[in-house]
This record gives sequence, structure tokens and C-alpha cells, in this order.
Amino acid sequence: MFLPHTDADREAMLRAIGVKRMEDLFKNLPGDHLFPELGLPPGMTEMEARAELQGIAEANETVAEMVSFLGAGAYHHYSPATVDAILSRGEFYTAYTPYQPEISQGTLQAIFEYQSMIASLTGMDVSNASHYDGATAVAEAVNMAYHHFRGKRKKIVLSPALHPHYRETVHTYTRDSDYQIVGEEIAFEAAPSELASIIDMDTALVVVQYPDFFGRVFDFSELASAAHQAGALIAVHVNPLALGLLKPPGEFGADIVTGEGQPLGIPLSYGGPYLGIFATREKYVRKMAGRLVGETVDSRGQRGYVLTLSTREQHIRRERATSNICTNQGLMALAAAVYLSLLGKNGLRQVAELNYHKAHYAATQIAALPGFELAFDAPFFNEFALRCPLPAAEINEQLLDYDILGGYDLGQVSADLSHCLLVAVTEMNSREEIDYFVSALAEVSHD
Amino acid sequence: MTEFTAPKPVEPTVYDLSSPGRQGAYFPQPDIPLADLPEDLLRQDLPLPELAEIDVVRHFTRLSQLNHGVDTGFYPLGSCTMKFNPKINEVVARLPGFAQIHPLQPIETVQGALGLMYETQEWLKAISGYDAVSLQPAAGAHGELTGVLIIRAYHLARGDHKRVKMLIPDSAHGTNPASSAMSGLEIIEIPSDARGNVDLEALRAHCDDTLAGLMITNPNTLGLFDENLTEVCQLVHQAGGLVYGDGANLNALMGIARPADYGIDVMHFNLHKTFSTPHGGGGPGSGPVGVTAKLAPFLPGPIAAVVEEAAGEEPPLYGLVNPEQSIGRVKAFHGHFGVIVRAFTYMLMLGEEGLRAASEHAVLNANYLQARLRDAYHIPYDRICMHEFVMEGRWEDVPDVHALDISKRLMDFGFHPPTNYFPLIVHEALMIEPTETESKETLDAFVEALLQIAEEAHTQPEVLKTAPHNTPFGRLDEVKAARDLVLCCWLPESASA
Repeated sequence: MFLPHTDADREAMLRAIGVKRMEDLFKNLPGDHLFPELGLPPGMTEMEARAELQGIAEANETVAEMVSFLGAGAYHHYSPATVDAILSRGEFYTAYTPYQPEISQGTLQAIFEYQSMIASLTGMDVSNASHYDGATAVAEAVNMAYHHFRGKRKKIVLSPALHPHYRETVHTYTRDSDYQIVGEEIAFEAAPSELASIIDMDTALVVVQYPDFFGRVFDFSELASAAHQAGALIAVHVNPLALGLLKPPGEFGADIVTGEGQPLGIPLSYGGPYLGIFATREKYVRKMAGRLVGETVDSRGQRGYVLTLSTREQHIRRERATSNICTNQGLMALAAAVYLSLLGKNGLRQVAELNYHKAHYAATQIAALPGFELAFDAPFFNEFALRCPLPAAEINEQLLDYDILGGYDLGQVSADLSHCLLVAVTEMNSREEIDYFVSALAEVSHD
Repeated sequence: MTEFTAPKPVEPTVYDLSSPGRQGAYFPQPDIPLADLPEDLLRQDLPLPELAEIDVVRHFTRLSQLNHGVDTGFYPLGSCTMKFNPKINEVVARLPGFAQIHPLQPIETVQGALGLMYETQEWLKAISGYDAVSLQPAAGAHGELTGVLIIRAYHLARGDHKRVKMLIPDSAHGTNPASSAMSGLEIIEIPSDARGNVDLEALRAHCDDTLAGLMITNPNTLGLFDENLTEVCQLVHQAGGLVYGDGANLNALMGIARPADYGIDVMHFNLHKTFSTPHGGGGPGSGPVGVTAKLAPFLPGPIAAVVEEAAGEEPPLYGLVNPEQSIGRVKAFHGHFGVIVRAFTYMLMLGEEGLRAASEHAVLNANYLQARLRDAYHIPYDRICMHEFVMEGRWEDVPDVHALDISKRLMDFGFHPPTNYFPLIVHEALMIEPTETESKETLDAFVEALLQIAEEAHTQPEVLKTAPHNTPFGRLDEVKAARDLVLCCWLPESASA
């Protein structure tokens, strides 16, 4: 399969090499277990494989077939057809890291434009070419802050309202280091000021989320001041779609902005590939991990782009590198760049407002049901925590009978929140769907 | 001598193309009553460009045409396995049943996805000989970090706190040292011997009770299968260390040799290399990690598993489990599922015989190129190679010509250059990996270009020094880029008002 060789080609090639048979190419391999039986089935044609995969795909129930209010870090949004049309161009998706800029200007300029739009959106000076996802972007922020202080400040303050997967990823990345991670013991209800109280002169970084994992939107100006007064840095993890409406973290003093870029035109795809956003202040650009594209000129005087500041990278500094990032999330960054170019300043504001209004309509309707209330009273964007009369797990199970994906069961984060459901509402949810959800909630809570 | 074409005009940026009032995508009017906006939390300005849809399509289409990809031409980038990316992969990954499922859905609603993940783990286990696989890591370097964390966790779980040294051969991949450094290990480089194998004497000197492990790339970055691999693994094991295998070069080994059979304890796979998923201009990749049974408890979760065995007519129930001593998750959710779907489709189409044939032909193509180029270029470790080989891009009689010049000149012939200046143990290295999906005609054309370049190097070196000539861009000024550091463009003042 996929081999262009004819028998005549093979013969001529083996002859040129000076061996008789294909096996001769491997005769010097050590070991007595060559050419093992793998116990795998025979291959199949494209037609058969397509049918097989079609069957597997159909064994899944999609968010489009059901009515979904599931978010918690991955959101069902509309991606204009142009995004996938551009992503489907072989010139983009079959290229690799642009090591040879003369024949990679498409990828390089697209990344440069991505960096520019992410800087605009976050209110920061510079963005890198992206990380694997939101979780690893946060872990890289922690690494960057630790190395910024040359390991002299060991404390990392993680908000308890940071996505639990991101917190876990930070713990994994730092498990063999002497970082001291604090903050997660604080109650979920706590205001940002409570985080400020544990910042001290040993603190390297404070990490918060905006909107936070529970959907709440706080102005972190005072927390940022508290961090800066102690000489620490503050990283704000964002949902970039919310920044179509909300004040960018650059305005309230963030030193680093990370984000999960999936809402910018990237399909849910059962959790990946997504897009790790990473932006910072100009003064920290040399501390930032990951690929970076800069503008320059070519030998003919044309404006062009190259990977730059690569002396920060592991293939040159090797063991002294503080990050092993080798690639970025190129095609996903391209998706975000096309999405943002299409929507532009007015389209992004429009879709952000639509999310806001739909979520608030749903919240108002549900909170009017007996036994239901909003778990927190802070402002929110397109996601909110709901306190329910029954355990959230039970409600979700019953909602499945209505073909509704009810929301994320917050009991999985903490037993204290076992009656809380995290509900996401996007532009994909029609009023009809929301009303159906409200009536289903009314019914299941009566049983 | 070659005719050189004139440069194409520079493509404006999306900011250059912006005009206030334009929009390329619209959303429906709200069908619900409007809520009050939180005035004190709203942004005042959103300085994004404004373009019509057709402008966006043409802009990115024109940008795409400035790229070289596997779809446009030969891409023999060593250690990157730029093989053909089957179109069916793209169709399948976009099926709604895969693209439109949420990672936190109840398992009963995603049995197809979980079964596919489970089967992918099983295929990777069969190909490599490992007992367990986690699909979580997002890329090769991410898999390396995962593997090193697993090695550390294993030693610490046994109360073995002394092991702080990681040995890395000089023929290993460039990210290996950084991955170990991130885990707080001390890195020691082990030299290669005259045949390109790990130098056993040098290795022996470091095999003591402070040894955490060794990270080996096999076939190594010279494209050679380490003839001492069995002894290397034995030495490390005898000292109580573990062997990490960088699986970036697995495309040479499918159905031919299983890394686990040689004693490599943990290895990452690159689905975007060996298993034909596209490189995407630098990601997304996917870097699953395979381990032997004793390391299985430390894998990052969640891992797809059968949580209820099949019974009678009932199929098995697949779910997600976390190994009991797991190092923890290394990213959000379950891995790059969209990439895994593509890799699974590829494996299914190849099957047992196809996988072996792919590796055999990858090795055939590399050896054919090596045989045809041997007289014109110096090959410092000259023996039967695996899926790639390394030659020197220099001649003693023309000292001003470098590997970089050869690479740039290759672009004029429509070829992507090989990997340059890696591995570091070869002067002016050109690392060439043709992959199995290239025809003899393509390889012959590539050889002819390289032979012509070798001649030009001696007769008209200026053509090489000033190359490329036929590409839309000439050599770019990297020094200026780093010095002036322009990393963003902005809206012109007049347009942002």
C-alpha cells in the first residue's frame, strides 16, 4: 500500500546497492528475533478501511446529534467552512517545521499573523507560535517563571479555579523539581483576594484562569498588583473567544497570558489536537519557550519571515535548555489565524456576545426552577455552575434519556460540589434547545 | 546553466489587507432576550483585522503556494519521515462521529472512539513488543519527557534515590538532553565508536548505581542500527538503569525488529512520522509511549481499556483508566485523538504485511540513494544503512562550499533539502531520509540534481553560494530577524481608529 515500486524497480535498486534480496539489507542486524510475527490482520483497501472507520464513527453519539451543554475546557462552536478549506490545502498540512524559509513562507507568514492576532487579542506584546494545548501552555508558564528567577523563588501559586487537568499537568511537569505548589487548598468559592494573601517574596508565579474553570469572570487588577509588589509574575489563562468581549489580561497587568485556543475554529475531536496559546511582555521574550517567527528581508530585498531566537532552543543549547519543545501546533495555529481573520473585530465581538446572552438566558431560566440556583454570584461569560436538587451525576444520567449532554459533573473535582453541574452554552444552542433543556431539568428533578 | 525566474511579489499581511467595516463570517441574530453586559469588564478596543471572506481565502491560498510540502515535491528531511499522507486519513478524521465528540462525554456515548484508541494501543504494542501504551503525549519530545518521568518514577518508587545520571549517545536526537534536563537529571554524553555504534567502553565507565538510564535513538541519527544494542541494554540493566528508546526512526523497523526484544524498556512513537499522519507545518503530532510490564503502572493516564468484558452478544465496554502509580497526565484530555484516528486508518490499510513492506522499502530507498551518491559525496559511516543515511556536504578542494549551499541549491530543482548539520558528529552533515513512498524516478532525479550540484561546486561555486534562484524567496537574513526582533504586525494607525 502506498508503494510505487514495480518489480523491475526493486530489482534494479537491489542491484545498484549490490545485494540480491530485500532480506540482505537486514542481515547485519543483531539479535535472533528478526522478522517477528506481529499477529496483526492483513491490510485492506481504502474502500474497505473507509467503511470500517465509518462504522466506528457511527458508534459515537455526536454533540450535533444530541443537545450538548458540555464545556469544561472544550467547546462546541461554529467553524466557518473557509477554516477547514484552508487547513485542507496540502501545501500547508503536508509541510513540516519551516526549517528552510525560502520554501516555507506560507507557514512562516501564517504563524507571524497568528502571533500578531494573539498579541492583539490578549493585549500582550508578543506571542509564540503556540504550544500543544492549554494545559502544557500553563506548565510552560510555570517553567518560564521558575527559570526567570533562576530557581531562587520556588513557590507557584495555582488558583483552585484553574482547570483540574491543567493543575494536574503542572504537577506532572514539576514532579522531579523543587517547586512548591500552593493555592489549591483554598476554597473554590474564594475571591481572588484570598490568593493574594499567600503571595510572598518566595513566589515566582501566580496562575489564574479567565473566565475561570467555573465560568466566573474576575478582574485580576488587584491580584496582579499584589503579585508585582512581591516581585512575582502573574499568568492569566484565557478562553480566547471570551476576549472578543472582555477586557484583555494585558490591561490588568498580566505578565504571561496562556490560553486554550480550541474555541477559535478547532473541532472538539474528542479532546485534541487543540492549541496552546502563549503570550507575554516584550521584556520576557527571551525567556519564553517555543517557536517564534520574526520578520526580516531576503537577498532580493523582499519582506519575509524566519524562525528566530532559536538560540533559546534545545538543538543548540541541548542539556542547558529549559524546555524540550521542538515543534508548535502549526496547523491548529493556522486554523486560529484563519478564524480570527474571517471574523475580524466585529465578528469576534458578535459571537462572543451571542455566547454571553445565550448562557445568561439559560442561567436565568434554570435558576427560576425550584431547587436550582447558580452556585456562584460572580459575572460569567458562556459557562456557569449550577447547584441542583440532586447529585449532578444522577441528573446527567437522566438527561441522557432526553438526548441531552447535561454539563460537567463538578463532583469529579470535589465531593463538596457533587450537586453542581457546570453548564456551557454557545452560539450552537438555539433557544429551542435551551428551553428543552430547562423543561428536561424540571422533569428529572421531580422524579 | 539554469534559467532563473523573477521573484513573485510579497504577500501583504492580513493587517495590510484590512479595511474598516469588512467582515468574513457572520452569526445569527440572538433568538433570546439580551442580558446586561458587565460594563466594567468589557474591552474597549479589539484591534483585529477586517477582511471579506474572499480576501481571506485568496490570502491564505497565496500563502500556501509559497510552501513546499510532501504534496508538492520530494521532502527527504532526515529523521522526520516525510512520507505520503494518505488523503483518506483526512476524510476519516473529519467524520462527524470523530470530529464532533466531546472529550468528557459519558463513555457509553463514545464507544467507537474508545474502541479505536484501545485498538491503536494494541497495534502499537504488537509492532513494538511493549506490554502497555499510553496515547496521551502530544508529540515526540513530549513522549520523551513522559518516558524520562516514568524512569524517574520507577526508581523513586523502589526507594532508589541515588539515580541522577542519564546517558545520551552523541548520535541521539537533539531533544533528548533537554527532555532529561527538564526532569532534573544530569546528562552525560556517550561517544560513538568508529562504526557509529555506542562506544561500549565509554558506556561501561558510567554504569554504576547512580545511573538512571540511557536514552538511545535506534536506528541512530546516522541511520545505522546499533550493532551493540543488545550489549548496550544489558550493561545499563546490570547497573540497575533503564533504557529509553527514541522511536522517531521506527519507520525502519516495522515487522523487522521490535525495540522491546532488545531490552529497550520504554519508547515513544511518532504517529506523524511512522504512521503517515501529516506534519501540519510543525504540529500537531502525536507521541504515544510504550513500556514493558514493570513500567506500566507509571504511564500517564487516562488509557483506553476494556472495563467490562464482552459477554455473549454484548460487545465489550471500553472506558478510560488511570494506572495506579501514574506520573499523572501530561496534557488535558486523552491525547491527539484526531491524529490517532489517522494513524489507525493507516495501520488498518497496511496490515501486518504492509507495515513490513513499508519499512523494507524505506530501507531500500535509502540504500539506493546512498549507493548512487557514494562516489560524489563522502559518507563517513559507510555501511548498509537503515531508512536514512548521513553524508558530508563538503569537499576538501572547495572549502568555501558548505552543506547549507548544497541544500539551498537543491531547492532550485524542486526538492526540499535534507536535514542540515545534524548529527553533530558528522562535519557539514546532510541527513537524507527518502521514505518508502517515493518512486525510483523521483530518487533518480534527486541523485541527478545532487551530482550536478557536486559538479557545480567545483566549476561554478557561485551558483551554490547564491542559491536558491528559482524559489519565490532568496536567502533570508536571520541575523537581522534576531537583531531587530519584529514578532508582530499591527493595524496601521488610520485603520485602528
